[in-house]
Amino acid sequence: MLSIKNLHVSVGDKPILKGVNLEINAGEVHAIMGPNGAGKSTLSHVLSGKSGYTVTEGTVTYKGKDLLDMAPEIRAREGVFLAFQYPVEIPGVSNIYLLKAALNAMRTHQGLPEVDAFDFLTLVKGKVKLLEMDEKFLYRSVNEGFSGGEKKRNEILQAAILEPSMCILDETDSGLDIDALKVVAAGVNSLRAADRSFLMITHYQRLLDYIKPDIVHVLADGRIVKSGGPELALELEAKGYSWVEEQVA
Amino acid sequence: MSTNAQEIDNLIGQKYKEGFVTDIEVDTFPPGLDEEVIAKLSAIKGEPAFMLEYRLKAFRHWQTMTEPDWAQLNIEPIDYQAISYYSAPKKDSDKPQSLDEVDPKLLETYKKLGIPLDEQERLAGVAVDAVFDSVSVATTFKGKLHDVGVIFCPISEALKEHPELVKQYLGTVVPETDNFFAALNAAVFTDGSFVYIPKGVRCPMELSTYFRINAANTGQFERTLIIADADSHVSYLEGCTAPMRDENQLHAAVVELVALENAVIKYSTVQNWYPGDENGVGGIYNFVTKRAECRGANSKVSWTQVETGSAITWKYPSCVLIGDNSVGEFYSVALTNNYQQADTGTKMIHIGKNTRSTIISKGISAGKSQNTYRGLVKVGKNAENARNYTQCDSLLVGDKCGAHTFPYVEVKQPSAQVEHEATTSKISEDQLFFCQQRGLSAEDAVSMIVNGFCKQVFKELPMEFAVEAQALLGLSLEGSVG
Repeated sequence: MLSIKNLHVSVGDKPILKGVNLEINAGEVHAIMGPNGAGKSTLSHVLSGKSGYTVTEGTVTYKGKDLLDMAPEIRAREGVFLAFQYPVEIPGVSNIYLLKAALNAMRTHQGLPEVDAFDFLTLVKGKVKLLEMDEKFLYRSVNEGFSGGEKKRNEILQAAILEPSMCILDETDSGLDIDALKVVAAGVNSLRAADRSFLMITHYQRLLDYIKPDIVHVLADGRIVKSGGPELALELEAKGYSWVEEQVA
Repeated sequence: MSTNAQEIDNLIGQKYKEGFVTDIEVDTFPPGLDEEVIAKLSAIKGEPAFMLEYRLKAFRHWQTMTEPDWAQLNIEPIDYQAISYYSAPKKDSDKPQSLDEVDPKLLETYKKLGIPLDEQERLAGVAVDAVFDSVSVATTFKGKLHDVGVIFCPISEALKEHPELVKQYLGTVVPETDNFFAALNAAVFTDGSFVYIPKGVRCPMELSTYFRINAANTGQFERTLIIADADSHVSYLEGCTAPMRDENQLHAAVVELVALENAVIKYSTVQNWYPGDENGVGGIYNFVTKRAECRGANSKVSWTQVETGSAITWKYPSCVLIGDNSVGEFYSVALTNNYQQADTGTKMIHIGKNTRSTIISKGISAGKSQNTYRGLVKVGKNAENARNYTQCDSLLVGDKCGAHTFPYVEVKQPSAQVEHEATTSKISEDQLFFCQQRGLSAEDAVSMIVNGFCKQVFKELPMEFAVEAQALLGLSLEGSVG
């Protein structure tokens, strides 16, 4: 699905990622953990095409294509989805309008006709129910006045409608209390599928209690310094990041 | 500058779509203005004597006036003697009696503008008066309106057929001495629309006028007068375009609205005059005086405007709330790009008791443009319990444009409540990236964000105009904004 080879990324003159290697196969759930400033968010931004980052070396291949060569909206239409750490507010634009515009952009890209209004409403209402959301959400302005939990749930709703192949979750647990975390995690779990991969970026182990990863990586100082099974996350939680950093040093 | 910021710049630099010129034979006066020109104009129009007197009075007063310079506008001096004050399609002598007799080329022009008159007559239920340069070309649906007693016709025709009505109301809201441009308009106005809604009549359809400046070096001075008699109701739409030309063209219109007891007037404008090119060459100078008087108790006037065109816009649709409990509303979207300048807003003058007004203004500045909101809320000493709410939002696109807000408040009645809220924001790169990450092109993302910003105003527009307005903002959004 996604193959990252020797990825070096700078912001201005400052190198942030210094040779990241990562292979994600279809259906796998990977977690990337790491201390503040390790480059976790940079990785999610570079994969989704945010401006302001310079790739100085390395390649990223997605479904056999050069991902870094694609404009951000093309990546999205090809099935790369980023659930934002801080979802933005768009006053005056209703959620349902954004969802429809996004779905149609994707369908047009795939050579499909735009979705019929009635079919769309049926689809959206089904997903809203699945994620245990209130239908009123659909008619509110995108994220405007939403609580932290509502914003994150809204991101998952967008993923549920757009059905991406590669889902990047950037600190999805940040700003959530435990109840909200459970609901969001349940939403993510409902999206797990054999042809869909996840890359979860998180600071804390607790998210992984609810979304079980196949593989856990530790990102420190711009490199993946350790990879292992879910037990690695528990070990990290117990010993702290300094443990890994010491081992590497 | 980052990629996204550049993309925004490209997006907003879209070409003017209505920039075609219609090649038809016209009668045009040589440039210049004096009493002789005015007399000739009045004679061509076959006007009653009181009109010529009115025009000459206005002209003499205008000669004593100077252009206003208080607006936040940078204007090249205008040579009023270099302008032609009359231009009309040649077949003026035998004016068309029905659409079948209208020059097919003219009809073609309107089709390009998206106003198929013939189709509208059949389908849309919108009665259209189309003003091409200086004369009114066709008024559709006249018969049907006549049945309910509504008069909707070119003002030149009203002067012939209903002179007493015109005489009773013309210049009573905007006197010929009101301001420099209003005085000029009073002296030389060529055509425009006249509407009279009789007592107790709810106008059965939207009334609509399209203005187009076609001929070179002409000014367009249209005059619109709408009278809503007691207990009547009317919704009126106005659209404007002009061809692309290198020189600046002058447009100085006057619109007067009179609402009597319990009457409601809703006036919507989509203004898309040619804004000039990306270097600020050419474009329409748009100096417009629009004012409504809510003369009767419980009357209501609502102005909604979407201003995207013109090199310079100087326009303050206002409400004078004389009748007790009368209501004035102003909803505005003003978008400026490149070197466009807009100084626009409203005046709400509260005179009667319990009068209420609402002002919602959305300014969008892009490119190197300057966008100014200027508004006056005035509460007179007898306007007990008057209330005003003003919300004034500015959206900046890029970092070379300017947004300015000048709210003036004068209150002479202690029980009045006046509220003012203002915000200024930018389309953030985060918003843009978020939309792109959901698969939208940067162009669609900007459209969507701008549309969202303007939603409060767009929802005030009649359906068919709301769609046009969105398209005008450079949007490819189709259907409704959810």
